[in-house]
Amino acid sequence: MSAAIAVFRRELRIALRRRAEWAQPLVFYGIVALLFPLGIAPESPALKVFAPAIVWVGALLAALLGVERLFRSDLDDGSLEQMLIAEVPLALLIAAKLAAQWLLTAAPLVLVSPLLGYGLGLDTGPVVILFWSLLLGTPTLVFTGGFAAALTVGAPRAGLMLPILVLPLMTPAVIFGGGAVRAAVAGLPPDAPLYFLGALLALSLTLLPMAAAGALRNAMG
Amino acid sequence: MSRLEVQQLVVSRGDRVVLEGLSFSVANGEVLHILGRNGAGKTSLLEVLCGLRRADSGRIDPQPESRQRHWIGHKNALNPTLSALENLHFWAALNGERLDDPRAALSAVGLQKAQQNRPSGQLSTGQKRRAALARLVAVPRPWWFLDEPLAGLDVQGLALFADLLGRHAAGGGAVLVTSHQPLPGTLPTLRHLDLSPAA
Amino acid sequence: MWTWFHRLASPPTFYRFAERLAPWLLVPGLLLIGIAVWQGLFVAPADYQQGDAFRIIYVHVPAAALSLSIYTAMSVAGAIALIWRMKLAEVAVVTAAPIGASFTALALVTGMLWGKPTWGTYWDWDARLTSELVLLFLYLGVIGLHQAYADPRTAARACAWLALVGVVNVPIVHFSVQWWNSLHQGSTILSAEAIANPKMAPEMLKPLLMSMAGCYLFFGAVWLRRMQNGVLLRERRAKWVREMVLPALPADLPNARPPAGGPGTARRGDRA
Repeated sequence: MSAAIAVFRRELRIALRRRAEWAQPLVFYGIVALLFPLGIAPESPALKVFAPAIVWVGALLAALLGVERLFRSDLDDGSLEQMLIAEVPLALLIAAKLAAQWLLTAAPLVLVSPLLGYGLGLDTGPVVILFWSLLLGTPTLVFTGGFAAALTVGAPRAGLMLPILVLPLMTPAVIFGGGAVRAAVAGLPPDAPLYFLGALLALSLTLLPMAAAGALRNAMG
Repeated sequence: MSRLEVQQLVVSRGDRVVLEGLSFSVANGEVLHILGRNGAGKTSLLEVLCGLRRADSGRIDPQPESRQRHWIGHKNALNPTLSALENLHFWAALNGERLDDPRAALSAVGLQKAQQNRPSGQLSTGQKRRAALARLVAVPRPWWFLDEPLAGLDVQGLALFADLLGRHAAGGGAVLVTSHQPLPGTLPTLRHLDLSPAA
Repeated sequence: MWTWFHRLASPPTFYRFAERLAPWLLVPGLLLIGIAVWQGLFVAPADYQQGDAFRIIYVHVPAAALSLSIYTAMSVAGAIALIWRMKLAEVAVVTAAPIGASFTALALVTGMLWGKPTWGTYWDWDARLTSELVLLFLYLGVIGLHQAYADPRTAARACAWLALVGVVNVPIVHFSVQWWNSLHQGSTILSAEAIANPKMAPEMLKPLLMSMAGCYLFFGAVWLRRMQNGVLLRERRAKWVREMVLPALPADLPNARPPAGGPGTARRGDRA
């Protein structure tokens, strides 16, 4: 366990020294959310209809942005080798790494999402649901991205592959996440999609680190 | 573990067989210098022994345990943003090891205090290599697997490495090391393993 | 049974086995498809609601069924490849993907063509269409991932991991879209109730079942052939390939015969 904590703290420490790099997804997210209203016409009522999709697809793209370099630096400098042969299970280390990645790239998105929601014309009820759906859904996005990054880490030509691998796997989270907010906008109870998001979360937190560990070992050997 | 026995080891990379039925053994107190031209399978051999790569067939008896062996590969396992000291701390935590005096270990490989604290990406090639070798000093383990440890070391670095190696072997440790150049210093228990095919 | 299975896993045994089996799947498969197409187009009566447009069912339904079956088969092969490190299973994973992708694309295209006259739209985001589209992307992911790695083993095992995670994903996508209220008509043939009390006229159903069976047989034959090629490519340096396959090639074919003493000996320092 202490090894996992060490991985987690190391990620935070590195990120703290490279703040510009980690701010990128957040800025990107803001720009995407800004461009949509400009594209639709800001006072259009359609904006409210599209708001859940805008926020969710923005989160998905932002998650994608950080994923590619997830294992790259550790592969390049040889740290990944040391993680592979350490006594602790690799899946645990990957989970710690992804948890840090979530905290750094996705948690800020979750925090600013109410602002975006209000900006896109949502009422308080749906904004609260938006916040909860992102809180439950973004870890799934990050863990899925981590799995895809592990699949491609050893392949030099895989950079472009990553979105193709990741996006189909992320569709359920987007469907339920957007669905919860849409239900709230329509005045329907959003519990069911939120529960589904929770189920997806449980599934991805437990299974994906193991799959990622297997894929990573394969890509390295 | 006092003796490492390797029997009929077959290792391939892709569809190319790099080691075809290799057998040898190493005992405590010995230094095994693994020779061979590029592509002869030196690195692959060490990777298999450390569990980084899978052998197609053969026996390794016993497979060295994680806490019993040091692996220093081509790459130094130093994150360039973190200092040599922080990297050493992380490595120890990753392996569940306690560091008694990490600074002393870094000093022992010739890194001054300022160099210990600088982001390791700013160190020279030789200094990075030394920072990696500091793991050998900081945490004593009986089995050392070193892949081209001399790369980038200067004259003092070589002397320092010779000293490390000599003391480890004298203290009953075992070393498996690949290197294109002869190992520095005089090692009474030095043996050679040539992987180049006997053409 | 188990030992037979084990023996089959050895590449030369499999190669010979597939060589014998493939024609027995291909010929009846094509025959069935041919009869089904003839009966479906000319014998079966037009649907009282959909008119002649319904006849695309004889392509659409088998293609859709195969797209899912192939993915499932691929992930089972993937699990075998990862658990038992069986080379043949690795080959099975990567060779199935392009066939599966083709059937998926066929199912999507025929579905769209069918959708226009019956629903009035080419595309609708209902559960089956969406999950079929996601399935296509999953197939494309496997194909792309396979090409991203130079080492065939690493590539195949990476594909196996992706196939395994994907097979969990497809039903989730399917059911997640389902509560969007599906426009797609429910499955007409595949339920106990429907079999006991068929909704389809027998002269319509018969060609469909034949076409289904034909497509499965056809897929089996194509998969076997592709696996044979995959095995040959992987084992091109092995002795059995030289002994079994090369004598069958014309002698004047360029590069057919490697230089003496070349392959099979797996030279050291090949790339030194």
